[in-house]
Amino acid sequence: MCALLWADNVSFRYAAGAPLVVDGVTVRLTDGALAGILGPNGSGKTTLLRLLSGTRRPTSGRVLLGERPLDQLSRREAARQIAVVPQETELAFEYRAIEIVLMGRHPHLGVFTVEGPDDIRIAQEALASTGTSHLAERMFHELSGGEKQRIVIAAALAQSADLLLLDEPTASLDLGYQLEISSLLLRLNQEQGVTMAISTHDLNLAASICRELILVRDGSVLAAGPTADVLTPENVMGLYDVEADVRINSETGHVTVVPVRLAAPKRIREGGRISRSSSGSGR
Amino acid sequence: MSIRRRIVTVVAAFAALAIAVMIWAPTVGSTPISLARAFDRSIPWDDNVDAQIFFVARLPRVLAGGLVGATLAAAGVVLQALLRNPLATPFTLGVSAGASLGAMLAVTMRLEMTVLGITSIPLASFAGSLVATAIVYALASSQRRGLSTNVLLLAGVTLNAFFSALILFVQYLADFAEALRAIRWMMGGLDVASYFPIIAALPFVLISFVAFAMMTRTLNLLSVGTEAAAARGVEIVMAQRLAFMSASLATGAAVSLGGPIGFIGIIVPHLVRLIVGSDHRIVLPASALFGAAFLVLCDLAARTLMSPIEIPVGVVTALIGGPFFLWLLVKRS
Repeated sequence: MCALLWADNVSFRYAAGAPLVVDGVTVRLTDGALAGILGPNGSGKTTLLRLLSGTRRPTSGRVLLGERPLDQLSRREAARQIAVVPQETELAFEYRAIEIVLMGRHPHLGVFTVEGPDDIRIAQEALASTGTSHLAERMFHELSGGEKQRIVIAAALAQSADLLLLDEPTASLDLGYQLEISSLLLRLNQEQGVTMAISTHDLNLAASICRELILVRDGSVLAAGPTADVLTPENVMGLYDVEADVRINSETGHVTVVPVRLAAPKRIREGGRISRSSSGSGR
Repeated sequence: MSIRRRIVTVVAAFAALAIAVMIWAPTVGSTPISLARAFDRSIPWDDNVDAQIFFVARLPRVLAGGLVGATLAAAGVVLQALLRNPLATPFTLGVSAGASLGAMLAVTMRLEMTVLGITSIPLASFAGSLVATAIVYALASSQRRGLSTNVLLLAGVTLNAFFSALILFVQYLADFAEALRAIRWMMGGLDVASYFPIIAALPFVLISFVAFAMMTRTLNLLSVGTEAAAARGVEIVMAQRLAFMSASLATGAAVSLGGPIGFIGIIVPHLVRLIVGSDHRIVLPASALFGAAFLVLCDLAARTLMSPIEIPVGVVTALIGGPFFLWLLVKRS
């Protein structure tokens, strides 16, 4: 199948002389895909998503949107096809939830155009499909973490893009909200056909909803393919330096990953004591 | 109500307020005049003292207040969104310090040039504001990837301190009369002698306001987050440059006309947001109109409260604005 979005051997560094944050990564997103970009903190997931959305240009390699190189599109053109849910939303001023969602219409509006009935209908549909219609008139900063995340996803949906890129959509949420968001994403993919790439460090979120996974460590792809093939104890070890028990639930078919113990390679042993500093970041 | 209706209705209400204040203000003063008589075209101009006082003596000053107030308030809105910081003012990035240094140098070096009827102090202060803008811009865009708002803030704050030190130094070397004249300029004053200084500042303000009008929705997106704005189709680097340059140009023109009048650029946008919310398509024009009305009223107080003594208008805006602003903050929290 033809790739909707194709990052072909892309590399990126934030400044000349700085290390490569993304190093020769290839990602192919086909129409209707639900892909997870999985890796430890600092592995380059966020940067990879920025390359995929076109808000950063790769230092080398190229990103194709359909047939066209992404960097030949204006930001406006790109935003009509690719929507992004950022990791965090910090408002400088107070807005109502509906105002945030309507901002998703920006790439479809002219400089002096005001949102018309169609834009408002699309925003309301986005609210409805994220189950947040009742929050429309509430102030965004008064909402709970899960409600905020759903509003931000609604804003991205209001962009009417074919592709949705989500950066750690459940990272700051507790268990209940994590489930709420992951089932919402699965539903949007299955019922509305939204193609998605989700970056996450959460193995079980990735395992429960993503059909394919790209494992990223230190800016490079460790493994990629269908979820069940990629999520092996060896790969989890390679990704996180953690020994893990990977099980397939016989009823649901879901893969679950249970961390067993921290692997102890030579570099984190210091005179018999285990240093915590080098284990957490996964670098 | 549709979004367009809401924008038009709210902005029209603020426009009505600004126009009403600017028509009423010239009638107040040491010699009360009648509006009806001032606008009565059947009385010959030479016999119509009311019209002469209205149009020649007082209206230029009111219009100057309106232009400066509108500009400082609007520039405040733009900079607060650009820096994603509600405490930013039009003077945060060093524009007014540059302008003050320019004015100070014009006074102490006894520059007596005029260009197209504009005297040396406004010319020098406008030049100073442009120099400050150029320095901050060069510092903040030295990194390849567009403007860093953090560097912009730090550069602005540092430049403010540096220019203030230079101003004190020049002032220390100046003689008493010169120093006093420069200090009075820095307190702000709208006592223009004719329409000419207003017409001279107008093109710069108008160009900036066209830029402001084009970026109102972009300012909303920047308020929500720079990355998010980029993903929604905003060309971030271009938007930031346009916002910074237009706000600085407008502020420079306003300061050269009325001096560095404080508080307008922060108190007016905050008050307006309390009333209308944060949508910049409303906040920006409403702040400009409310800023015009607010500064004209402050200037009215400045010239009438202790008549015949005039209080510097910058002192009035701070004396009225400061406590009022604190009261609002306490009341809201």
